[in-house]
Amino acid sequence: MSIATGTAPQGTFMIDTGRKLFWTVAPFVLIAACWQFASLFFPPYLFPSLIDVFARVVEILTTWSQFSSVLATALRILGGLCGAFFIGVLLGVLIAQFQVIDRLLTPVLIFFQGVPALSWVVFAIIWFHGVEFRILFIMIVTTLPAFTFQVVGALRGMNKDLLEMVMSFRPNRRKFFMAMVLPAVLPEVLTAWKVNLGNASRVVVVAELVGSSGGVGYQLLQQQQLFDMAGALAWTLQLVFFVLVFQWFLTLIERVAFRYRAVSERSL
Amino acid sequence: MSTAKITYPPADPAGKPEEVTIRFKDVRKEFGSLVAVDRLNLDINKGQLVALLGKTGCGKSTMFNMISGLMSPSAGEVSVMGQNPFEQFNWFRGKMAIVFQNDRLLPWRTALRNVELGLEVLELPKAERTARAMQWLEKLGLKGHEHDYPHALSGGMRQRVSIARAFATDAQLLLCDEPFSALDEITSKRLRTEFARLVRENGKTAVFITHSINEAFDIGDRIIVLKRPAEIAHDIRMSAEVGEEERERIRKTIHESLAH
Repeated sequence: MSIATGTAPQGTFMIDTGRKLFWTVAPFVLIAACWQFASLFFPPYLFPSLIDVFARVVEILTTWSQFSSVLATALRILGGLCGAFFIGVLLGVLIAQFQVIDRLLTPVLIFFQGVPALSWVVFAIIWFHGVEFRILFIMIVTTLPAFTFQVVGALRGMNKDLLEMVMSFRPNRRKFFMAMVLPAVLPEVLTAWKVNLGNASRVVVVAELVGSSGGVGYQLLQQQQLFDMAGALAWTLQLVFFVLVFQWFLTLIERVAFRYRAVSERSL
Repeated sequence: MSTAKITYPPADPAGKPEEVTIRFKDVRKEFGSLVAVDRLNLDINKGQLVALLGKTGCGKSTMFNMISGLMSPSAGEVSVMGQNPFEQFNWFRGKMAIVFQNDRLLPWRTALRNVELGLEVLELPKAERTARAMQWLEKLGLKGHEHDYPHALSGGMRQRVSIARAFATDAQLLLCDEPFSALDEITSKRLRTEFARLVRENGKTAVFITHSINEAFDIGDRIIVLKRPAEIAHDIRMSAEVGEEERERIRKTIHESLAH
């Protein structure tokens, strides 16, 4: 009797986990199967076999000269995002605090948002010489508005009641920031990172494709010139892997930092 | 029907200067054309538990905000412990604590860490602030819930955490803005009895804002009834000597006064 009651929930858990895993994997398996099926009827420069693609992925990961291109792109994404984040936080705080700065900067940032990434690439090539600086500039300028607006929104959206409560203890600036501001704005900041990560990975490839002699974007250009679809896919997958790993890392931070949140038994 | 102003037993003269904790001297507060407080003169002495009673919009919260230093008077002078609470805001660090209408617990902190908040501001060592916070949680019957996040606590428990947070700083002055108004009558009565006991046991001065006559009677050593705009209608010292019949008469008078 006791065994039966003990195993029933565990069995349900296993079934639930299996079902979740199935529905996570199933769409990808379906796409892979369709691709592999197409590769039987089309030439490799259109639909290469997934075995060839896998071999190219392994080659990139195990050959330093190639893997260094992946790392270079990853560092450019992180560098650009960090730069945009720090400038965005600074501007966000200034905009939230001073109406004059809000009036001056907000229209400019909205204007920046409307400028296509490719235009920034062209401007950067004309304005600057160093490849790394060009890419950093493009990354910062394309992701800055989103970071800034998220920080402004988070600061303005802070709960007034909680803010007054913390102020009633008369904390100094550092304590006020650590006890109130940072935990209150963290959810929106992490969301901004998640959104900008996807944008940044797309922009960096365009920047490298046009103005660099290394990185995933440059490698993609090489594959295009060689009509090597397996290579193009393998390099694309490297970037996708990086984004997935970083997203997973951000999710991990969220799980730890936001464990205080109530979870409803009835989900949306 | 107008009601006669009652002061029962007769109020002390303003009190010795060193005993006065809160002083309003000819205070006026305007919000545009609205006069929230007009020529208010009031002294609250050290160790008193004062219930400020009045209808919504009579200026109770404005007075509260001026005492807490969140607002400055348009004219006149507010002094708390001899200082201007608005201009010398940081001077009151550790000297004044507030229990708000709703619990205002930080959702990202456990009950224990919420109680520790004021002690962190005072930069007490970690071990000391944890011990003190635990002691207050225990006093308020929350032992075993110290590591719970606010969402896991009931309304009454959350308000008790906020009371513990205020008491833990050992502030001399406690300001309470209708802290039990959102709770059911039984929980509210139990908490205000506990609150009054803790204030008296710890020798604090407390100002308790309420719109409930019963609550004011349960809590206050002194009941100040306010009319619009924050004019003192009655100033009543309550003591054990005030008999039940007399209490009933006072209650009726206050009720009539507030009805107008």
